[in-house]
Formats: sequence, structure tokens, C-alpha cells
Amino acid sequence: MFFNSLLTNFAALEVGQHLYWQIGNIRLHGQVFLTSWILLGALLVFISLGTKKMDNDPKGLQNLLEFLWDYIRDLARTQIGEKVYRDWMPFIGTLFLFVFVSNWGGALIPWRLIKLPSGELGAPTADINTTIALALLVSLSYFYAGLSNKGWRYFEYYVHPTPIMLPFKILEDFTKPLSLSFRLFGNILADELVVGVLVFLVPLILPIPVMFLGLFTSAIQALIFATLAAYYIGEAVEEHH
Amino acid sequence: MLAFNFFGATEGGLFDINATLPLMAIQVVALTYILNSLFFKPVGNVVEKREKFVSNNIIEAKNKLSEVKKLEADLLTQLQSARTEAQRIVSEAENESDKLYKEALELANNEANASKEKARLEIESQTSAARDQLSKQADDLSELIVNRLILEK
Repeated sequence: MFFNSLLTNFAALEVGQHLYWQIGNIRLHGQVFLTSWILLGALLVFISLGTKKMDNDPKGLQNLLEFLWDYIRDLARTQIGEKVYRDWMPFIGTLFLFVFVSNWGGALIPWRLIKLPSGELGAPTADINTTIALALLVSLSYFYAGLSNKGWRYFEYYVHPTPIMLPFKILEDFTKPLSLSFRLFGNILADELVVGVLVFLVPLILPIPVMFLGLFTSAIQALIFATLAAYYIGEAVEEHH
Repeated sequence: MLAFNFFGATEGGLFDINATLPLMAIQVVALTYILNSLFFKPVGNVVEKREKFVSNNIIEAKNKLSEVKKLEADLLTQLQSARTEAQRIVSEAENESDKLYKEALELANNEANASKEKARLEIESQTSAARDQLSKQADDLSELIVNRLILEK
């Protein structure tokens, strides 16, 4: 009896179920877009409020936004290098903000209270489509960064320091997006599942430390994603001597 | 719930990859442009303007400080020369006053000596005159005494 109810409870987690939107003959995961629009809308409102009246003496929200900007600049500058970090700072910053807002929004807002006909709302980064999209954008970016900065000499990177490295470097181009996307996806999904299971089993108190751990992991994952993206771009534009 | 009536049959699972992927990529690229114009550019302008302002002020302050130090050194040398000049003037004045004092002293000494000498000469002449007179009187007296003695005999 107990075992049976446990199973139904687990079933209530609805792992791998989606709210499908059908537009023409393409299908979308609606819950991902819904949460991402809500969270990005909140982010944009927050940023517009903070940048509305900017002053040389920062006050209130402007302080926070400047801190954030400085943090992202430091991240981009240390990984990409003084020469081209300016071009890539918006991209790195957007990745960081998107992943961070998605992770924290997924963890902090009680989405479960909103009932959907199928699937459930949650962090957009807990969907493999989102993380693969981000990872592929990073791949495109570092190829573009390398080619636009060094032209065909970018491919010297593949035989640097010796041609023996060639197969490994080619393999890396596939493992980079794979590891980026699965790391983020796995961490956020696992966090959501652990919290979900704990909430069903012991609804009081016990899930709270795990939720805090989840917030910590979420922030770290955003930092890791942005740092790695910046590192890959930095690696592509780096000059070998 | 009516809004979601167009959802299809549930299928898929965790690794269900579909058109969500490219649309999400487009969304992120759009977000990059939006955030660039809404956040990164304006905040960057303000921050970099301030950084420039601060570094300019620091450079200016450093220049002013070095100028002040130069002026200070300048004033110090001026002060030094003024001090030696003052010392020179003081010692000169001291010498002068010393000389004047000595001259005055000598003059006074001379005068005193002269008047002393004059007085001494006068005293001497008076003394000798007195002595002459006294010896003359003594002579007279002795003569008188002799005459009386002789007469009594």
C-alpha cells in the first residue's frame, strides 16, 4: 500500500513530460518558453529600472548593476584577455545572466503551484534543448572569434604544439558543447528532482538545506558556464608564439 | 487552461530534442542584443566615464603634489638664503656697534685721562705753591723765633 502510494508520488514528479505547443508542423516545449519569458521579463524590468536614471554617484539599483557589470567584465577580461574581451563581454554576460536567472528562478519560485495540463513549470535550464542551444552558441562563438581574429591561422591551434594533437583537438570541438550542455542540464535537473522527491517524502524542514544547496549549485553552474564559454573564446583568440 | 488547448499528445522524455532548441538559441541571441543596448553599453559608459574621471583626478592630484613639492623646495632654499643674509646683516651690525662702542669708549677714556691729567697738574701746582708758601712761612717763623731769642738775651 505504502509502496504503491510512493510510486504514484514519484509519478507525480512528471519527469520528462512536457507541455507541447504545436505551431505548423514544429513542436515546442511550452513550459520552457513560459518560464523563460517570465524570468527574462523580470530580468529586463529589473535592469530597465536600474539603468533608468544613471548618475555619476551610483544610488540604489545602479550600484547592484554596476557591481554585476564589473563582475562580468572581470570574468571576461581574465578569461579572454585584454585585447578582445570588450567584443565578447555582452555575450558572456548574457550567458551568465540567462543561466543564473533561469537556475535561481527555477529554484526560488514555487512553479508547482501553477497547474499545467501536461508537464510542469521549472527552470528553463533543466530542459536539454535550452542547454544544448546555449552550448552550441558557445561553439559557434569561439569558432567565429578565432576565425575573425586570426583568419585561417586559427587552425594552427589544432596542431599546436605538435600535429599529434590534431585528433584530440578535433574531438574537443565535440566534447566542449557536450560537456557544457550536459553539466548544466544534469545539475539543474538533479537539483529539481532531489528537492521534488524530498518535498514529497518529508514535506517539512528537511528539504530546506537541500534547497539552499540547490541555490548554491545554481549560482556555481551559472559561473562555470560563463567562465568556460569565456575560456573557450579566449583559447580561440590566443596568439601562439 | 483554454490557452493551452493547442498542446499535442504527451511524449518525449528527458532527452526530447525538438524545435525548442533553435528557438531558444534565437531567443538567447536576441537577449544578447537587448542586454547589450539596455545594460552592458549604458552601464559600461557610466562606469568607464567614472574610472576615467577618477584616474584623471589622480594624475592631476599627483601633478599638483609634485608642483607643491617643487615650490616647497624652492621656498626652503629662499628661506635658507634669507636666513644667511639675515645672519650676515646681524653680524655686520654687531661689528659696527662694537666698533662704535670701542671708539666711544676710547674717546671717553682719552677725555677722562686728559681731565685727570689736568687736575693732577693743577693739584701739583697748588701743592707746590702751598709748599712754597708754607716753607716761606716757616722761614719767617723761624726768623721770628731766632730774633726773639736773640733779643731776650
